[in-house]
Amino acid sequence: MSQADTTITTGGSSIDDRKNGFIKYVFFSCALVTVLTTLGIILVLIQGSIEFFQHVSIVEYLTGTNWSPVIQPYSYGVLPLVWGTLIITVGSALIAIPVGTATAIYLSEYAEPRVRKVIKPTLEILAGIPTIVYGFFALSFITPVIQFVFPQTGTFNAASGAIVVGIMIIPMVSSLSEDAMSSVPDELRNAAYGLGATKFEVSTNVVVPASLSGVVASYILALSRAIGETMAVTLAVGMTPQITANPLDSIQTMTAYMVQIGISDVSVDSIGYQSLFAVGLTLFILTLAMNMISLWVKSRYREEYQ
Amino acid sequence: MSTNNPFADGTDDIERKRQIGRVFVGICFASTLVGIVALVALLADVIYESWGWVTWEFLTYPPSQVVENFLPDGRGAGIYPAIVGSIFLIALTAVFTIFLGVGAAVYLEEYAADSQLKSFIEANIANLAGVPSIVYGLLGLAIFVRGIQLGSSLIAGALTLTLLILPIVIVSTQESLRSVPDSQRQAAYGVGATQWQVIRDVVLPRALPGIMTGTILSLSRAIGETAPILMVGAATSLFVSPDSLTAPFSAMPMMIFEWATLPEPEFQHVAAAGIVVLLTILLLMNAVAILIRNKYDPRS
Repeated sequence: MSQADTTITTGGSSIDDRKNGFIKYVFFSCALVTVLTTLGIILVLIQGSIEFFQHVSIVEYLTGTNWSPVIQPYSYGVLPLVWGTLIITVGSALIAIPVGTATAIYLSEYAEPRVRKVIKPTLEILAGIPTIVYGFFALSFITPVIQFVFPQTGTFNAASGAIVVGIMIIPMVSSLSEDAMSSVPDELRNAAYGLGATKFEVSTNVVVPASLSGVVASYILALSRAIGETMAVTLAVGMTPQITANPLDSIQTMTAYMVQIGISDVSVDSIGYQSLFAVGLTLFILTLAMNMISLWVKSRYREEYQ
Repeated sequence: MSTNNPFADGTDDIERKRQIGRVFVGICFASTLVGIVALVALLADVIYESWGWVTWEFLTYPPSQVVENFLPDGRGAGIYPAIVGSIFLIALTAVFTIFLGVGAAVYLEEYAADSQLKSFIEANIANLAGVPSIVYGLLGLAIFVRGIQLGSSLIAGALTLTLLILPIVIVSTQESLRSVPDSQRQAAYGVGATQWQVIRDVVLPRALPGIMTGTILSLSRAIGETAPILMVGAATSLFVSPDSLTAPFSAMPMMIFEWATLPEPEFQHVAAAGIVVLLTILLLMNAVAILIRNKYDPRS
């Protein structure tokens, strides 16, 4: 520490002023990198998309129901990919939202602090496991279980992908919702008990409504994560872009299509390569919109407690 | 009175209410178990599938197309180049992220007043944290691989991963910087320190454990990421480990993906063995982060 003491007492000269100004700009340029990243993402996606839409009509892209950009006969309707993403998102939400919310209520209202201190970090381990591991889990465990129940199911199916993504986003819903529920002040609970409410009524009629903004924000964040989820769905659902209502069929999501092109040898000038950016832009707009809605819900409907 | 009280329904059938309450607790508790059971099933599945396949040869040999080579009495095949590739990748990412992440956080916390610029940058960081990782892969492909001609190299992969985890590192570093009491800054200013000296000699040393914990946790996310390095062009059939910044590279999640997609059922065991190695390294990184946090946590 003696060195620190001597350097501190030399402050104040004009050289130090200039040095301080310079250092400030170094730090500022670090912060600027994040802004440049956003600009870079937008520019890259738009530029690639412009090249793509010089060959493909934007109407066909947005309304076509057949997606086959690398195999003849070519066809560029993105709806099958959007449908695949939608199935995964809705399916995983059907699992993660009820399970995650009930978990959050249990941890916030019923569990002893000792139990909560163990269960919450345990669930958060789920969020730290790489998504490729979930993909493996879907192939080697969930799909065989589905095949046991429905023997005609193929190796790749939408249900397996939706279940595994659902498991993956449970901790997002449960952790963020639990945070919101725990921040509801005890005065509100005690007031309801004073009126003769049972614990069940306090949980469902007081705590959940009072924390609704945080809970809904956690849902939207989890859905946005499901939309962008890549490796688990790539392994689980296969490579069949089609619009089907049968969850046991193979489908393809936007992200899984991008992986398919990523591992194949398409040349840089081909439409297949350019389609990456059009699909990427579609994905980016969807997730950005969801994230902004989540932030807006959180700030717009936030209940401030003292 | 009872008309104003939403909880007095007139019947006062307290026994029925208690029953509903018990069923409700049961449902909530069962839901909590769903997550726990899923975690146990996942780990058990991976360990079961990999049993007998994680050998010394698996850790020290390059991969092979022939699955028999992976067997304990085979000629030896494994994940070695991908382990080295992942470690190089993460080491490079760590260097870039610590520099950029700490720099950006110091600017936001110590220099930027509560200005519009600061809130713009922070809103931008919040949005970046929600961008899917595969989109970062596209950015890396277009800018680093094609744009500045780095090719599908180690450094292109590291730069892409850096941009991916930068938002998380900045936010966690900001929290560490905020936890340094202002009185310490004022004391240093009081003895004549310049702002840079305050940051270098007072704020950063004090915030260092928190910064390291946050950075290691973010890096442990980066080491398991597949989609971004896949788009950048990480190789799957590489038999040597990378020897320069611009060399092609493989990485553990990429190998696991490759093995998991191969048709021969035996490769499922090889993929599971790769997952065990990846999860072990993740576990070690998390353990280091938790040790640092516990050692320097002011509350303990």
